[in-house]
Amino acid sequence: MSSIPENLKYTQEHEWIRAEGNRLVVGITDHAQQTLGDVVYVELPKVGATVEMGAPFGTVESVKAVSELFMPVSGKVVKVNEEVVEDPELVNTDPYSDGWLIEIEPTDSKQVGELLDAAKYGELLKAE
Amino acid sequence: MARQTPLNAVHRELGGRMVDFAGWDMPVQYSSIIGEHETVRTAVGLFDVSHMGEIEFSGPGALETANKLITNDLSKCADGQALYAGLLNDAGGFVDDVVAYRFSPERILIVVNASNKDKDFAWMRARAEGVQPVDRSDDYAQIAVQGPKAVGLVQRLTPVDLTPVGTYRFTEGPVAGIACIISRTGYTGEDGFELYCAPGDAAALWRALLKEGEADGVKPCGLGARDSLRVEMKYALYGNDIDETHTALEAGLGWICKLDKAGGFIGRDALVKQKAEGVKRKLVGLEVTGSGIARHGYPLLKDGQRVGEVTSGTQGPSVKKPIAFGYVPVELAAEGATLDVEIRGRAVPVVVVKTPFLKKK
Repeated sequence: MSSIPENLKYTQEHEWIRAEGNRLVVGITDHAQQTLGDVVYVELPKVGATVEMGAPFGTVESVKAVSELFMPVSGKVVKVNEEVVEDPELVNTDPYSDGWLIEIEPTDSKQVGELLDAAKYGELLKAE
Repeated sequence: MARQTPLNAVHRELGGRMVDFAGWDMPVQYSSIIGEHETVRTAVGLFDVSHMGEIEFSGPGALETANKLITNDLSKCADGQALYAGLLNDAGGFVDDVVAYRFSPERILIVVNASNKDKDFAWMRARAEGVQPVDRSDDYAQIAVQGPKAVGLVQRLTPVDLTPVGTYRFTEGPVAGIACIISRTGYTGEDGFELYCAPGDAAALWRALLKEGEADGVKPCGLGARDSLRVEMKYALYGNDIDETHTALEAGLGWICKLDKAGGFIGRDALVKQKAEGVKRKLVGLEVTGSGIARHGYPLLKDGQRVGEVTSGTQGPSVKKPIAFGYVPVELAAEGATLDVEIRGRAVPVVVVKTPFLKKK
């Protein structure tokens, strides 16, 4: 069973966000990393890049497959997890903590309300 | 509905993640592709390869008939020997790559790729001069036991002395009490055996291997690890690296084509002509020196112009870097030649390197 922390918001494409002050941290879910398998490469945007809700912002690659990452909300990239670029396995071992991907300043915090809560995301996984 | 091997229920019970592969419901991995890959490199792994096809020629003239269809030369090997070979079209392109087993001049078994079995069988029937082939695929299950501890594991389960069964040799006998063809072959770059048994015995054989191999750290492995293992050795995968449009010489598989063998083979004349004229493109090994992983279908560029494409590529779990292979014009095929691979719109540098990527100690 995949872990779905209560305090996060989720997308249909299996990304999560977590509020930290007025910033948002973005990553992929436990379910996503399990489905991908061993993550061997992560490509992320540069600090300062503008990212749009629903648009691709990077890729994660496992031995077998490439997956695009989609932005949960729009904003400006203020931090990139360089450790995960160096050590992509962190996405597998710790998807909700050390395996975070980017941190953004949202341009429209109302967009967060459009995301799934843990219960709804859990239902989505059951339906898949 | 995808077809199932006799081990399907066992894969599910062991937690295999099942995917459709060439119309078969097969495990891509159990726990982790990298973990399974490492197990095969350092200990021993089991693969279900029962989806492969087996086509038999038997009776007087079997050897001569089969030998005209394949590129390698069964007349030069002994009974109990197997050969890697091609089935080529008239243009020298691959209909399939196969392993041909010589039991005797009157019994030849050709093991073909699952995805090509029906095509190969029809192709053989149309071209066999003499003995007609018989599709025996439903009579065999096949388990590959691969890794440095594979030989010891199989030896403990059989009274047959495996010492004389060298690489690409085979014998017959019981393994865990189950009648098998015991073949010192595989496609991982490691030592090991491929065991052929009756479908009804496959689950018992698989379980016996798992149990006996516990102390060796044996693991069931999926097709994901099989792929990364063979890429590190630059072994061709049909449909990716070899197909009807690329010749055996372009693929670097001239060594399995005996151009001067008695009776010749289908596609020989095209290869002789191409050899005389010079090969224009070649399948080369590539190491990504920039950032990213090159994958099947990605364009290869020189000075921004498309000159070829990647046929296989992955992050090599044992070599620990992104490796690939693809066809390039012969003038860009020398070791050290630099090109780019286009990864999602980005030109990322690659260099032509010697293969296999993994240097065995």
